[in-house]
Amino acid sequence: MTPHQKLTALRTIVTKEILRFARIWIQTVLPPMITTALYFIIFGNLIGSQIGDMDGFRYMEFIIPGLIMMSVITNSYANVVSSFYGSKFQRHIEEMLISPVPNYIILIGFVAGGVTRGLIVGIAVTLVSLIFSPLSIFNLWVMLSMIVLTAILFALAGFINGAYARNFDDISIIPTFVLTPLTYLGGIFYSISMLPEFWQKASLANPILYMINAFRYGFLGITDISLLASYSISIGFILILYTFSIHLLRKGQGIKT
Amino acid sequence: MTAALAIRDLKKTYRNGHVALKGITLEVVEGDFFALLGPNGAGKSTTIGIVASLVNKSAGEVTIFGHDIETDLAAAKSCLGLVPQEFNFNQFEPVGEIVANQAGYYGIERREAFARAENYLRRLGLWEKRRGMARELSGGMKRRLMIARALVHEPRLLILDEPTAGVDIEIRRSMWDFLREINASGTTIILTTHYLEEAESLCRNIAIIDEGELIENTSTRRLLNTLHMETFILDIADPLEKLPELPGHSVRLVDECTIEADICRGEVVNDLFSQLSAQGIHIVSMRNKTNRLEQLFVRLLEGNGIEAC
Repeated sequence: MTPHQKLTALRTIVTKEILRFARIWIQTVLPPMITTALYFIIFGNLIGSQIGDMDGFRYMEFIIPGLIMMSVITNSYANVVSSFYGSKFQRHIEEMLISPVPNYIILIGFVAGGVTRGLIVGIAVTLVSLIFSPLSIFNLWVMLSMIVLTAILFALAGFINGAYARNFDDISIIPTFVLTPLTYLGGIFYSISMLPEFWQKASLANPILYMINAFRYGFLGITDISLLASYSISIGFILILYTFSIHLLRKGQGIKT
Repeated sequence: MTAALAIRDLKKTYRNGHVALKGITLEVVEGDFFALLGPNGAGKSTTIGIVASLVNKSAGEVTIFGHDIETDLAAAKSCLGLVPQEFNFNQFEPVGEIVANQAGYYGIERREAFARAENYLRRLGLWEKRRGMARELSGGMKRRLMIARALVHEPRLLILDEPTAGVDIEIRRSMWDFLREINASGTTIILTTHYLEEAESLCRNIAIIDEGELIENTSTRRLLNTLHMETFILDIADPLEKLPELPGHSVRLVDECTIEADICRGEVVNDLFSQLSAQGIHIVSMRNKTNRLEQLFVRLLEGNGIEAC
């Protein structure tokens, strides 16, 4: 295939992926907006008013970046895992496999779909947050780069989950038992400086902590972790997961016999 | 002439130890209409899966128009269109998009992809359904959708794995006409089917696979010429309780109004009719009991070879 043909194939996959979640926006875009609005009302407004300031900011302002990040993580992951597993389950992944489109284009196409959904939901949640608190941006580039890197990372993780999944249970086990706990323990609702020393150190093993803190830095200019560590962890994980995903596609994990 | 498909010593053993292919060698020439036959589980779909790179081979070589699927996979894939046995499209996607997207995977621009999709959907009678979801189509329409999808990048080799399964006779006939037209325009076609009438009617060459091995590979005409005996059904005017002796003929009374007669190739049948007339038995109609190819197929699979008269 020529580079132009590869680009056309990539556009086709990305368009197909975006149309897939856009057709079912009531299931894909609306629920995170409602859920996050409830977080803002209950934790930000009702409980937050009793908590007082956190690192010099109102509690509502403190949790907004983390909640936006949580919705981006959840949705970029969920989009790819459900779409890729669905294409295995209905076997329409074969449409791509019999075509000359290279594996890396297939992977980038699925990941781009997940990133797009993650970012659309992130924007939607940000708009909802404006009802409760004015938006303050400390460093736009850190904020944008970190949200995009995080969406790519979790879209890749969703792809790997989808490749290994053998049934619908398998696509909900990782989000329920791994992703959600790590996200909640990743410093959305608190600063790790509040934790005892042991748990501060244990928290450093959670990669999501690095992303949420860097993203919060983009909004508020405060972070528990150095930006260098956050970028290194994010980019490092992306490279590892990308290489592993390409290996799975080449091997035909879950898609070839 | 380059072979459209060349398979050499193709073997496949699945992870559970099942040996699906024991070393198949096969060649399909460009422009052919070729039938790949065999009972369920013979290895036909595994062969097709390997050719389409959906199944990893254990050993052997496969080339499509000279492009090896091991070393020149993208070029090999560009030459191939596949209509699989099972429905394998997104049931929740509009019909038109399924076909146009398939063109997109081959690098065909969106506008051209939709123009081609329109062409094939119109020719296969699906244009009115283009905006509907694929799950809303009938079984026959779904089969035609898969044919449109397989043709949209205009492959030189089209493989159809039981394309008319579960399709009513009228639509089946119209699909045959369409496939003949595609073949006449230069596309090589390989077909697997359980309707042997279909293979006999459409295909110039036939290969038969059984238990992972190729047991026959010849032209349809030559294969049918090896058939030395056919069974005919004779419907008689008046009911019979017992069939009289008919010396020199193998005949049976199936029911009181039906006789079955085995007739060898080249045998003059006048004598049989004379004897029947002499006994006061009048024939009102006569037909072949089974499809000729079906008789051969069953005999080959039973390992009986070709029966001599």
